[in-house]
Amino acid sequence: MKYTWFKISIIFLILISAIPVVVLAQVHKYELNNGLKLLVKEDHRAPVVVTQIWYKVGSSYENDGITGISHVLEHMMFKGTEKYPPGEFSRIISENGGRDNAFTGPDYTSYFQTLEKSRLSISFELEADRMRHLKLSDEEFIKEIEVVKEERRWRTEDNPQSFLYEAVKAAAFQTSSYRSPVIGWMQDLDNMTINDLKEWYKTWYAPNNATVVVVGDVDPNDVYALAYEYFGPLSPEESITTKKQIEVPQLGTKRITVKRPAELPTIIMAFKTPVIKPNNQDDNEYDWEPYALEVLAGILDGGNSARISSRLVRGNEVAAAASASYQMASRLDNLFTLSGTPAPDKSIQELEVAFRNEILNLQTYPVSDEELQRVKAQVISSDVYEKDSIFYQAMIIGILETVGLSWDLADKYVERIKAVTNEQVLSVAKKYLIDDRLTIADLYPLPIQDNSINERKTKDGNAHAH
Amino acid sequence: MHTRSILFFFLFYAVSSLASPNIEYWITSKGTDVYYVHAPELPMVDIQIVFDAGSARDGGTLGIAMLTNSLLAEGANGDNADVISSGFESLGAIYAANVDYDSASLQLRSLTEEDLLMKATENFKKVISEPDFPKDALERKRSQMLIGIKAKQQSPATIAKDAFMSGIYQSHPYGKPSEGDQTTIKSIKRENIISFYKKYYTAKNSMIAIVGAIDRKLAEKISEDIVSSLQNGEKANSLSEVKELNESKNIDIEYPSAQTHILVGQLGVKRGDSDYFSLYVGNHILGGGGMVSRLFEEVREKRGLSYSAYSYFMPMLFKGPFIAGLQTKTNQADEAVSVLLENIRKYIEEGPTQEELIAAKKNIIGGFPLRIDSNSKILNYAVVIGYYKLPLNYLDTFNSNVEEVTIDDIKDAFKRRLSPDKLVIVKVGALSEKNNEDK
Repeated sequence: MKYTWFKISIIFLILISAIPVVVLAQVHKYELNNGLKLLVKEDHRAPVVVTQIWYKVGSSYENDGITGISHVLEHMMFKGTEKYPPGEFSRIISENGGRDNAFTGPDYTSYFQTLEKSRLSISFELEADRMRHLKLSDEEFIKEIEVVKEERRWRTEDNPQSFLYEAVKAAAFQTSSYRSPVIGWMQDLDNMTINDLKEWYKTWYAPNNATVVVVGDVDPNDVYALAYEYFGPLSPEESITTKKQIEVPQLGTKRITVKRPAELPTIIMAFKTPVIKPNNQDDNEYDWEPYALEVLAGILDGGNSARISSRLVRGNEVAAAASASYQMASRLDNLFTLSGTPAPDKSIQELEVAFRNEILNLQTYPVSDEELQRVKAQVISSDVYEKDSIFYQAMIIGILETVGLSWDLADKYVERIKAVTNEQVLSVAKKYLIDDRLTIADLYPLPIQDNSINERKTKDGNAHAH
Repeated sequence: MHTRSILFFFLFYAVSSLASPNIEYWITSKGTDVYYVHAPELPMVDIQIVFDAGSARDGGTLGIAMLTNSLLAEGANGDNADVISSGFESLGAIYAANVDYDSASLQLRSLTEEDLLMKATENFKKVISEPDFPKDALERKRSQMLIGIKAKQQSPATIAKDAFMSGIYQSHPYGKPSEGDQTTIKSIKRENIISFYKKYYTAKNSMIAIVGAIDRKLAEKISEDIVSSLQNGEKANSLSEVKELNESKNIDIEYPSAQTHILVGQLGVKRGDSDYFSLYVGNHILGGGGMVSRLFEEVREKRGLSYSAYSYFMPMLFKGPFIAGLQTKTNQADEAVSVLLENIRKYIEEGPTQEELIAAKKNIIGGFPLRIDSNSKILNYAVVIGYYKLPLNYLDTFNSNVEEVTIDDIKDAFKRRLSPDKLVIVKVGALSEKNNEDK
């Protein structure tokens, strides 16, 4: 894992040569009358600006039968409005030297453009237009749904690791909407219609459900003026109340096996763990726990000197590769996962035992001060390294706001991590890395038949496929 | 729209005159080339040392370049991997090792706080110049590489890529996988690794790139220091040239996947090639422009055949590949191949339209600031410029080189460099299931 989720504002460091002027990275927050939120962060290192529009909708908002609809709609958002025909959006951005794309997650759908700084208004005009005026035609949908199915085949069906991950999430979560994949189940994609999308678009695509994040070489007030001009006239939608699909308590370990054509056995151990809660919510008493889990993940997998590499890959050489991962910022409680592939002469069972021993160790003995210091040093430096990317800085702000937290949580991240103690790490290990929160998934490889290679040379120069 | 195009041309000028990073160059007393960019904004520095020790130098022991490179941090001057890695990580520094066909490199990212940076570079120097290649580490890395080779076998995309490279390069080293194969990895001995290291990990066979918030004096001191314990060595001998194919080749590989992966292509360009800009701009229109290109339009937007459809030239020391590719469910693979080939053929014959060329130039030139908006990106350019001996003003002249490309240049370059009758066509998928349905 990497410490790449958060950042702070100021860095006080004594430097050898020139002292870099690290500008106080204040985020300016605005809200338009129609409910649109605007967050602007200045970064003047390069004459570039990134715009990201975050909608509070993603796969965890979807009901059974329409899984994947947020992501399909993300594709359809490039299929034109009354004003701009299909493909025109990307063509205009491209002609302006920009890059654009979009991504969908369980909690969000986000669209972005990176441009030379003076062209910000172009992205605002186009995004404002498609926020309310998308033309959803059946003709475009029929083609695009096939593209999405190809994407699913490529991402999941033909990738044993992703397939296993999809399966473990579906098994771990019984009622939480995190059980369905972002890309959707294939049969739901088969059954999807243009009318489903029209309804989804109308419900979620409105200024009062959107956050615009701008990071780059800009003046925040100028950005606000532009946002006012382009997004201001848009009408809001009736405010949406979502029914949170919260997970029921788990009452014992779940275990699944997935059989796929593959070469390598793989195991994932997924524990249900809490995430950072918004400030106004109850259990503030335990608000340090996500940070302790984050440190715990770093103890296990924060680099080549961390326990997984040092003890499981080297040490007893039970894993060929393994990793730990914890999700601390999401709308609903999420997973802490340990995953890996056993070394050549080791079995998946042996790797599971090794993972369990590491957990037992964390539950029994406090981690050493050196390990704790290492994780903290990595968090402090990552916080600087992350600033090398304006895109990443915008992502952090967008994710935090969209999952119901606040951008300024990022400012507190390093301090919160620095405050974590050995006892707290021990305590979250005992509380959360337990059998009643565990789902284990094993990938059982089915033989891939001999890759028979058939090579034909065609001297006549006719390389046409048959 | 009118106002926008007026605005555009004004900006065009403004962007063209944008200053690109000032790359400073010197040679250490040991004979290592150094390329340095002062980037004072963030208190961090990236240091990369690159050796002419890529997998093209594997010879009969395929995979040895990668194995050697990965073993450096597994033991040095008596320290084991735990000591070495915590030597970086406890400082918040990041160490990374990488091998491609042309080169092997080691990278250090550190904060510039004096104490941290000095300790990190000391550790870095030790890894580069005093590796022990411990026996147990070798056996462990060997078995990890064998697992890595198996992992490739469960990815139809990777199987296709290996088959494609082997198809166009035949016996040239670029045709062999950097990861080696089961037989060669098992056969590599510790002595082979030590002699590979001694031959190629030398001061004269390396270059350094530094980007970050340290001044020139400190950059000189660090670069001098990093190579001080390396053998002087010699520049590695030049490898043999690649050979053009004189016929087309269809390579079909049976694999139980939902999609068939398709790669089409042939030899492309070298770094610093005189046709480079014509081909680069030309390919941008054909299949390089992300969501705006002919292949994207024809394969995905018009027909919904694939999630991705692209083409690119990968310039290398010798002619790197030109690759066009897509993935689609198996029962429409033939249709997809036809669309791909037809579009490549047509483009080679007719070239782009004036409109397409203007749009491509606007994107490339107008997007120039995005190429150099982070230390990481500037470091990559410094490495490429230094390693491939491109002119130091490569970035300064980039936009004017793009601007100068004409339709005739593109047509001429594509016709001379690509022959539709000598393409390698790779298909990996459940090809024998002729009427394969969904899934």
